Amino acid sequence: MASSETLTSQEYIQHHLTNLTLGWHPEHGLSFAHTSSDAAAMGFWAINVDTMFFSILLGSLFLWFFKGVAERVSAGVPGTAQNFVEWIVDFVEENVRGSFSHKNAMVAPLALTIFAWVFLMNLMDLVPVDLIPHLFGQLFAVFGADPHHVYLKVVPTTDPNATFGMALTVFLLVLYYSIKMKGIGGFLGELTLQPFGKWGMPANLILEGISLISKPISLALRLFGNMYAGEMIFILIALLYGGGMVLAGTAGVLQFVWAVFHILIITLQAFIFMVLTIVYLDMAHQEHH
Amino acid sequence: MNINLTLFAQMITFAVFVGFCMKYIWPPIVSALAERKAKIAEGLAAAERGHQEKALGEQRALELMKEAKTNAAEIVGQAQKRATDIVEEAKSDARSEGERLLAAAQAEIERETNRAREELREKVALLAIAAAEKILQKEIDVAVHRAIVDDFAKQL
Repeated sequence: MASSETLTSQEYIQHHLTNLTLGWHPEHGLSFAHTSSDAAAMGFWAINVDTMFFSILLGSLFLWFFKGVAERVSAGVPGTAQNFVEWIVDFVEENVRGSFSHKNAMVAPLALTIFAWVFLMNLMDLVPVDLIPHLFGQLFAVFGADPHHVYLKVVPTTDPNATFGMALTVFLLVLYYSIKMKGIGGFLGELTLQPFGKWGMPANLILEGISLISKPISLALRLFGNMYAGEMIFILIALLYGGGMVLAGTAGVLQFVWAVFHILIITLQAFIFMVLTIVYLDMAHQEHH
Repeated sequence: MNINLTLFAQMITFAVFVGFCMKYIWPPIVSALAERKAKIAEGLAAAERGHQEKALGEQRALELMKEAKTNAAEIVGQAQKRATDIVEEAKSDARSEGERLLAAAQAEIERETNRAREELREKVALLAIAAAEKILQKEIDVAVHRAIVDDFAKQL
């Protein structure tokens, strides 16, 4: 395991929680960050290559598989792949029909994309924590890089950029449909004229504003928090492997138990993100008065 | 764990994915599902119709069978009647034929009897004449006494 002699536990954890960041460093120019302080120094104009790579890879995998089925889809007897895809599509459609009471052709595909993508990204959590980063580090060591400074996070949903990216897109859609369905006046009225009537306008704005802003934040932080904590527990369990036979055995059992439990969590988180998106969009379509 | 450009890159990626899913994946699958649903409903309706038609067909077959039975009975009755008719006809034909034959035979017998009688009469006349010739010992002019002989013969 990567918790080798040269790394303390703290360094090991730190290593696992640092993204592979490509950006413009004030001193080194355009480069990968070698330490987390390097990444911080790059400021906003940096990109987490690992998050981008794995999220796009997994999203493309989802789209490729579903597209393949969609091209050969038939109303007759479905094959295995089609059966599987239909099962998911049916599940998503049922949820959309249950929670979304307006007409919008975008909501169901949006929900499907969220569910499948988030699930796949979360699923990366079940890959043993050290496997891909270690191989990646060894690969870069071939090119002369110090493997301890080659960072890689394989679970995109443990990067707040990914979860906030989705949540903010959903938030923009909520704003867009709020204004489209109710008009700017209606939307502003909704923000300012309730629950206390027009004389309580500042209070209304604070309350409604908080409830509006809290939607994307809670959406993003819930997913991020769950995945980050889950990843952290996997890392802590992995640390036990370096502590002798007994601890290593315990770690094996713990890792298995936590992985099984985590199957539930990753599915649940993908489902919650999907359902809340549907509900928020339903609220955006709803006229209050 | 910094918020950086990745955020926007992820937003764009997400939007592209959703757009792709919305354009190329969702519609064909959902329409196939709807189509299958319609097909199944149609199939179920067809099965229901089939059931009804089967029941109707069975009923009609029963009716046809009943009708055929009555027809057959009727035909058999007619045939029997016809058979008795034919037998009766044959009987009466035979009877009348017999009667005719009998009558013909009787007429023949009568005719034969009459002929024999005529013959006998003529022979008797000749015998009488011969006898008379012998009695009278003299030739009798047949032409002169013919009337007498005939009259005599008639009285036989």
